[in-house]
Amino acid sequence: MRTVYMDHSATTPVRPEVVEAMLPYFTEQFGNASSVHHLGQRARAAVDEARDIVAAHLNARPEEIVFTSGGTESDNHAIRGVAAAGRGRHVITSAVEHHAVLNTCKALEKEGFEVTVLPVDENGLVDPQELRGALRPGTVLVSIMMANNEVGTIQPIRELAEVTAESGAVFHTDAVQAAGKMPVDVEELGVDLLSLSAHKFYGPKGVGVLYIRAGTRIRPMQVGGHHEHGRRAGTENVPGIVGMARALELACAEMDEEAQRLKRLREHLQKGLTGRLEDVQLNGHPEQRLPHLLNLTFAYVEGESMLLSLDAVGVCVSTGSACTSGTLEPSHVLTAMGVRPELAHGSLRFSLGRMNTEDDVEYVLEKFPPIVRRLREMSPTTREASA
Amino acid sequence: MYSDKVMEHFTDPQNVGEIENPDGVGQVGNPTCGDVMRITIKVEDGHIADIKFKTLGCAAAIATSSITTEMAKGKSLEEAMEITRKRVAEELGGLPPQKMHCSNLAAEGLHKAIEDYRAKHPQPAGGQTSD
Ligand SMILES: Cc1ncc(COP(=O)(O)O)c(C=O)c1O
Repeated sequence: MRTVYMDHSATTPVRPEVVEAMLPYFTEQFGNASSVHHLGQRARAAVDEARDIVAAHLNARPEEIVFTSGGTESDNHAIRGVAAAGRGRHVITSAVEHHAVLNTCKALEKEGFEVTVLPVDENGLVDPQELRGALRPGTVLVSIMMANNEVGTIQPIRELAEVTAESGAVFHTDAVQAAGKMPVDVEELGVDLLSLSAHKFYGPKGVGVLYIRAGTRIRPMQVGGHHEHGRRAGTENVPGIVGMARALELACAEMDEEAQRLKRLREHLQKGLTGRLEDVQLNGHPEQRLPHLLNLTFAYVEGESMLLSLDAVGVCVSTGSACTSGTLEPSHVLTAMGVRPELAHGSLRFSLGRMNTEDDVEYVLEKFPPIVRRLREMSPTTREASA
Repeated sequence: MYSDKVMEHFTDPQNVGEIENPDGVGQVGNPTCGDVMRITIKVEDGHIADIKFKTLGCAAAIATSSITTEMAKGKSLEEAMEITRKRVAEELGGLPPQKMHCSNLAAEGLHKAIEDYRAKHPQPAGGQTSD
């Protein structure tokens, strides 16, 4: 059966060039980057080179790059590390963050911190004025994501970081979904902390970055040896780090062209589906949105039954986010955007990527509308009934 | 995630639709939770002569609806009242724990349809009465 993978916001395959770059560091060049002998030194050189590459692509300095085990660790480190080092007890975040941020903030709340969760508008945007109103003398950290993983809405990070800087609080952004899809320049953005995860841009799983602007008050969260200048203990994942740097380099080199291509494919998919089916609604900002992501609500049907029916014809998508798929709660992102629960249950996320072609889009346009029609025929709720 | 039996009933559900002029109707769930189920029945000689369902919901909701109608068809009303969520789940080879509650409503839908029938067709003394 044909497989059409349209779930690139969940994860991506590792590019062959990336695998090739990684391979020697599993076998011949297996050294521990902390070892003094030549094998250790070669591993050290590989990690240093990767650090230079990552720094250059973020417009950061190499010493501001900390390698981690992925987006979740980077988010945890940023939030908990600043909370532990700060002089206040107040943290601000938004209602549409990934659970790696939201649940870390919730955990802080249990430990006695005060957490303000900023609302978003119907497109999923945080209002900088709203942030200004929430900042106060005890605010130590503001964490707002660069681009949302469920609907793709891109936040005005520069403005949000500026407002935060005026108050003296630290600004963190989760750029896990943005990296490789749009420019991520820490100077341009004016952020203090920024999270990346390699497996979202055709790198390996289990490796990521926390950018820490020089001078930021932050404590290490994982303690042990002197790795990463004492900021993150643990023997470096050399192949993973090398692979991530290579993947980021490739993604950035191809970004402009690939973003345009993905946007065209997405528009085709969006127009095709809204043209063929009634009662379809776009979730997320109409323009200020990641180029590869399309989140649609199909009224009178439930997301999982659409997902599994698509899977039966080889098409991989997700409902809201991979994490949400295991629960019965409607997506917190859609709910925060004011989407009614019965509509939130009927949402599906298509996230396109490198291997997708016009042909794939045509395949989905052929296979999907009959699925929705079949499920709607089976559904006791109709447009008339809910009018 | 799902057993083969669940996937079988999800991809090829039995007794989908709505009986015209049904003898009993049972609707359960609500769209806010993502699951709504409507069961319609035709009763002859105290037995379920025909049964159909319409369901908005996940694969578990559709599969439980489908198998419940199969289990109930031809049964006496008393026997059909004994079909429980637990038996429905067992018949499907189990359900993921988070699906046991909201998405496993078909048995209730069936009971409601039978109660609806009984309310509309009060039996003479000694027979079945609605409760
Ligand atoms: C916005 C966002 N933040 C964080 C994460 C977590 O990253 P990781 O899977 O590397 O832990 C993800 C991916 O699931 C994400 O989409």
